[in-house]
Amino acid sequence: MIAKGKVFKYGDNVDTDVIIPARYLNTSVPSELAKHCMEDIDTTFVSRVQPGDILVAGKNFGCGSSREHAPIAIKASGISCVIAPSFARIFYRNAINMGLAILESTEAAEAIQNGDEVSIDFETGTITDVTTGASFQAKPFPAFIRKIIEADGLVGYIATQK
Amino acid sequence: MGMTMTQKILAAHAGLDHVEAGQLIEARLDLVLGNDVTTPPAIDVFAKTCACGVFDKSRVAIVPDHFTPNKDIKSADNCKKIREFAREKGIENYYEIGDPQMGVEHVILPENGLVAPGDAIIGADSHTCTYGALGAFATGVGSTDLACAMATGQTWFRVPEAIRFDLTGKFRENVTGKDLILWIIGKIGVDGALYESMEFTGPGVADLSMADRLTICNMAIEAGGKNGIFPVDERTLEYIRTFAPDRYAASSYTAFSADADAEYVSTYQIDLADVPLTVSFPHLPENTHTVGTFEPIEIDQVVIGSCTNGRLEDLREAARFFAGRTVKKGVRCIILPGSQRVWNEALAEGLLKIFVDAHCVVSASTCGPCLGGHMGILAKGERCVSTTNRNFVGRMGHPESEVYLAGVPVAVASAILGRIAGPDEL
Repeated sequence: MIAKGKVFKYGDNVDTDVIIPARYLNTSVPSELAKHCMEDIDTTFVSRVQPGDILVAGKNFGCGSSREHAPIAIKASGISCVIAPSFARIFYRNAINMGLAILESTEAAEAIQNGDEVSIDFETGTITDVTTGASFQAKPFPAFIRKIIEADGLVGYIATQK
Repeated sequence: MGMTMTQKILAAHAGLDHVEAGQLIEARLDLVLGNDVTTPPAIDVFAKTCACGVFDKSRVAIVPDHFTPNKDIKSADNCKKIREFAREKGIENYYEIGDPQMGVEHVILPENGLVAPGDAIIGADSHTCTYGALGAFATGVGSTDLACAMATGQTWFRVPEAIRFDLTGKFRENVTGKDLILWIIGKIGVDGALYESMEFTGPGVADLSMADRLTICNMAIEAGGKNGIFPVDERTLEYIRTFAPDRYAASSYTAFSADADAEYVSTYQIDLADVPLTVSFPHLPENTHTVGTFEPIEIDQVVIGSCTNGRLEDLREAARFFAGRTVKKGVRCIILPGSQRVWNEALAEGLLKIFVDAHCVVSASTCGPCLGGHMGILAKGERCVSTTNRNFVGRMGHPESEVYLAGVPVAVASAILGRIAGPDEL
């Protein structure tokens, strides 16, 4: 499984309230949530993001609420992977359950710049900044987690196991 | 190697004699919680698990509290969905609007006797960690985990490392548990306890009220923590005797204490007398400042309530300062009792009259403005002092509004003076 896309870069502690503001939590329809993803810190994100693009951010990404709507919104907006030095605990668990790929790498998160073209090999955990030629190694997910992500989340994964 | 309080509870629920930090376990759950935001997607997932019913009708709690009484058609549709699910599955702990036991989830679950020492609880709400105040293990999860747990009564956990906060001494006058937890978050940061337990111990615990302990554990998540937890003492048992009399009488609870050789990644020694009146500035709970050390900041609104500070003790504290005083002209003060029980007792004690006479508005019990839902949304450029738990960008309304987090005494003094202030200035 390979992801490739343009990078949207943000800072530390990107919280669930800016990923998807609570005023939109009266729905859990992915396409509706995607319309408002990141809008409180970047009003242009939704209009610029393309399928496959990659979100790079600082430490503690996804801090705050337990809303599964946050990884749903990011995934439905077209983002193929989030790279950060660390993720907030509930977001980490929810992202996997929703089938949103996430990778922890301090080096990649620091070096990769906004707008860079990046490709990711999930099997090896290799992150390549195509723009600069630099390459970074994140700890790859074990096979069963990769299968959850490929199955579009935990529910899809459970269905494949039956 | 010994175990922490949290590790002992997890080991007991996994049927193991011993667990270690980092170990992945499957644990039995005593209680599973959802609200009107997180339960609707969980119901869709639950259907896909093909479970006929919930694992135990008495061990699932569903609480409509975030956008209730419903703020719009979509939130009404969501509440209808969870109401019908609760009825169809025979869920015993569903709290309809107006029910004498209704209110904000983390205020009512302990009040309604659903939490006792030694329990393992998950909730699809990040502030589920509140229940650690009673010596339980409790943590937040997402809707998919909620759905699977409703079906099976189990979930998996990574056994957490722990940070110990060794408390001594006593608070100075008007300093509260809220000041302590804000101050700690200011010291360790919003990811200072990431993935870890925050265990509060030491002789200083004895002087902390249960309301203070609930406030402190409530905000463990704001330091990234998996859970917060207090040891069980006389105050805890008195609380259980009052609110969970059946479990108290039957001794159906377990008071776990940490082993002497339990391992902690770090230990903080805190003299409660050193804790100042603390305010978290926008837009992170870690941006803490001591009251009296900054230039005057004028405000538009004050919110008193929430799962952090909406208990009867909080309202008594607010009334103590509001009595005979009024909210500054031009400032709005909104008080949200945390539950119908709190509302009713505040009425009986005359607190609500003090608030109304002080020109506050008293709302129904709801999460409401805390997460920018309704009942007090901020306009562009407005500032609010709030006893709630988050001050992220756009949390209470417009992305260019500001939320300053504080304890009840600071919130009340700020409402009266129209600027962020401590009660000693009244």
